Amino acid sequence: MEAPPTHGFWNLPVDAAAHGHALDTHLLLNLWIALALLALAHLILLLGIAIRKRTPRPYHQLFIEYLPLAALTLLFAFLALRAQQLWAAQRYTGADLSAMQVEVTGQQFVWYFRYPGPDAAFGRTNLSLVAPAEVNPLGIDPTDTYGRDDIVTSQLVLPANREVDLTLRAQDVIHGFAIPEMRIKQNAIPGQTTHIHFTPEIPGDYAILCTQVCGMGHYRMLATLRVLPPAVFNTWLHTQEALQAKDKAQP
Amino acid sequence: MSIPTTPGTPPNQGAPSSRGFIALRWARRAPRAIFSTDHRIIGFGYLVISLIAVILGSLLSLVMRMHLAWPSWQLPLHGPILPEEYLALVTMHGTLMLFFVLTVAPQSGFGNLILPAQLGTRHMAFPRLNALGLYLTALALIILVAAFFVPGGAPIGGWTAYPPLSSTPLAGPGEGLGMDLWLASIALFAVATTLSSINMLTTITKLRCEGLTWERLPLTVWGWFTAAILSIIAFSVLLAAILLLFCDRHLHSGFFLPAQDLISGVLLQHRGDGSPLLWLHLFWFFGHPEVYIAILPGMGLTSMVIANFSRRRVFAYRLMIATTLLIGFLGIIVWGHHMFVAGLNPFAGTAFSISTIAIAIPAAAKVFSWLATTWGSRPRLTTPMLFALGFVSLFITGGLTGPILAQPILDEYLHNTFFVVAHFHLIMAMAGVFGLFCATYYWAPLLFHRTLSEPLGKLHFWTTLLGAYSTFLPMHFTGLAAEPRHYSQLTGIAGPSATLLQSTLPLQRHITASAIFLLCAQLPFFLNLLLAWRRPANDPADANPWHATTMEWAPNALNPHPNDEPSIVYRGPSHYTDSGKEFSPQWSPVNTFNTEAE
Repeated sequence: MEAPPTHGFWNLPVDAAAHGHALDTHLLLNLWIALALLALAHLILLLGIAIRKRTPRPYHQLFIEYLPLAALTLLFAFLALRAQQLWAAQRYTGADLSAMQVEVTGQQFVWYFRYPGPDAAFGRTNLSLVAPAEVNPLGIDPTDTYGRDDIVTSQLVLPANREVDLTLRAQDVIHGFAIPEMRIKQNAIPGQTTHIHFTPEIPGDYAILCTQVCGMGHYRMLATLRVLPPAVFNTWLHTQEALQAKDKAQP
Repeated sequence: MSIPTTPGTPPNQGAPSSRGFIALRWARRAPRAIFSTDHRIIGFGYLVISLIAVILGSLLSLVMRMHLAWPSWQLPLHGPILPEEYLALVTMHGTLMLFFVLTVAPQSGFGNLILPAQLGTRHMAFPRLNALGLYLTALALIILVAAFFVPGGAPIGGWTAYPPLSSTPLAGPGEGLGMDLWLASIALFAVATTLSSINMLTTITKLRCEGLTWERLPLTVWGWFTAAILSIIAFSVLLAAILLLFCDRHLHSGFFLPAQDLISGVLLQHRGDGSPLLWLHLFWFFGHPEVYIAILPGMGLTSMVIANFSRRRVFAYRLMIATTLLIGFLGIIVWGHHMFVAGLNPFAGTAFSISTIAIAIPAAAKVFSWLATTWGSRPRLTTPMLFALGFVSLFITGGLTGPILAQPILDEYLHNTFFVVAHFHLIMAMAGVFGLFCATYYWAPLLFHRTLSEPLGKLHFWTTLLGAYSTFLPMHFTGLAAEPRHYSQLTGIAGPSATLLQSTLPLQRHITASAIFLLCAQLPFFLNLLLAWRRPANDPADANPWHATTMEWAPNALNPHPNDEPSIVYRGPSHYTDSGKEFSPQWSPVNTFNTEAE
């Protein structure tokens, strides 16, 4: 049976990435704290309006202003510190050298995924060679031998439990690459490359969304991430590689 | 609503007995009113611009909401909403509300109407500059709305106009002439706002009456002052960015564009190798201070109104001045939090995260002051007070999600989802609008010489509060379910993405129903204005119905006669006895009771 798209009080989708659990814990902690502070502040506001103090006494600014402020500062400092730890773990360093390499290219209004093939290297691309009708939507340079075995797909297929390093590119305008169930999001920018890395853990099909408005078809710039058990993934990859070799063998 | 023609003339003298003459009278006075350099007429002019913009902007959002919840719904006389039309609505809704409502009304509208009186002066520093600002703003609005009617329609890239989407007509409908009109409109708006901010800063610095020291300034003035400083810094950078984008569009420069860009199958070459990220930096360097420009005057007014109806001094007055300035200062150095996942260096993400979370401290200090001022005071729950308390409530609710979005690792999940939409609509749009309603009800006796109806006002308040929460609270949950912004449709596509998007549809329908309720809740407000207009004016003896202490309530403060003695301020605002019955206004030389030393 398929899992419901979202669950729990806060309506989060399932988390299927290695870093997702820590992120969710921190997010839920933040949400509960925000909810508690919201309730507390409104309680004080409503009580303050309802009651009438008999003898007005001068306030002590220290107790009413500075102590709560100090407490709040400590709370936010703690949350910020924890958030920076998680952020640093994900972003301060690149992917592990053994991570799988996949290139993601956004163009109005599709995502393309490129695997480097058996030579583990991507071929050069050139925007002037882009020809979707001639099955070269990324403009891979045919004179570059590295590009001959590159595999281009419209679905992102990944093995479970192996880190993947995504290289993000855009051909035309800024796109936002997001996989909610993997808890990642990163913009793809024309003229430069960005990276994001993560480790999918649970096999299944997940939504890939565009999260940066990119034109009239923005709402349908969707794709699917398929996470497979490692053995099944290897079979899939070998099939793709064989298909690619057969294609290139034909004149 | 009546507009005084010349200074010193009570507005309702010689009201025609027959209503048929009103049109004639308007035709006669219109040119004088339109080309007036009187700050009150200019202030009303700005409010009229805002009123047009807010009605238009709300109707646009209604069409968006209807389409999102029921995609096959047909707009009468138009037909179904196409995806590009939906995005054009998004762009224009944001632009109208951000610029022409939330910047114009609190700062230029109420600023012009009330600021000189609160300073005890008779005019603004540069009346003609002031009038020029109004004309340019009106022209900017006309040019903006014209974008709907040109081939291709209005731009589809949102109010943030990220290139390369905004840099070439090839990128989509509306990015041709529509985008040029948008740029022209915002450029004019930036010039207008800079002019009026220079005017406002000079007025506050130079034209304060005798005795009105910086520390005795009402917090509204501090709000206007800080917002004016921010406006000059932010809008000048925006103007520069717009000119550069205009060059990229028409002169083949490449400030924001890579050397090669393939759009719609056409390979575009640019001189130079720029980056869209530069636009993001420049735009958000403007964009973030912009939200403080929208909200700071409301914060100041809330402090003063709460103090007045609680009959208390503003708790920690000096700290409130300091936090206003601090929020303004921090607002300039946090723009990168809009760019955590945009390709910004992750170390920069950490720095911007810390500066952003730091804003929670002065903002919380303000909340503590509001809570402490009302605590145990049994305030009079008049309509302006209710709207001020509503402002506090919305500010807390919208504000608490700020530190969440300021953490880059959480923003990575929440960025550009409905969670963000919920956040900024609660804290900026709703709190901002509550500030405007508070101002309208509070200052109505000064603006219209009539008090607005309390029962209608309270009906307006409670329904608006309910509508606001019912509309924007559920957006947190569709956002946590990962629903992105700017999606014109949530149905009709297969795959796991479709399952995810469709799961939010029931909540989206609830939000649309609530938004319709929220719009209907504004009818009592307009009815209230209409009824007030038909009522006779207040008795001049009852010129200070709220028993307020600030200078705008001094006799004839808004209609000063040239022969009047110059105003003198004797003390800070908000001096009341413990019982609240007696008070010492700023203009009164007599202390009705012993006030403590300031």
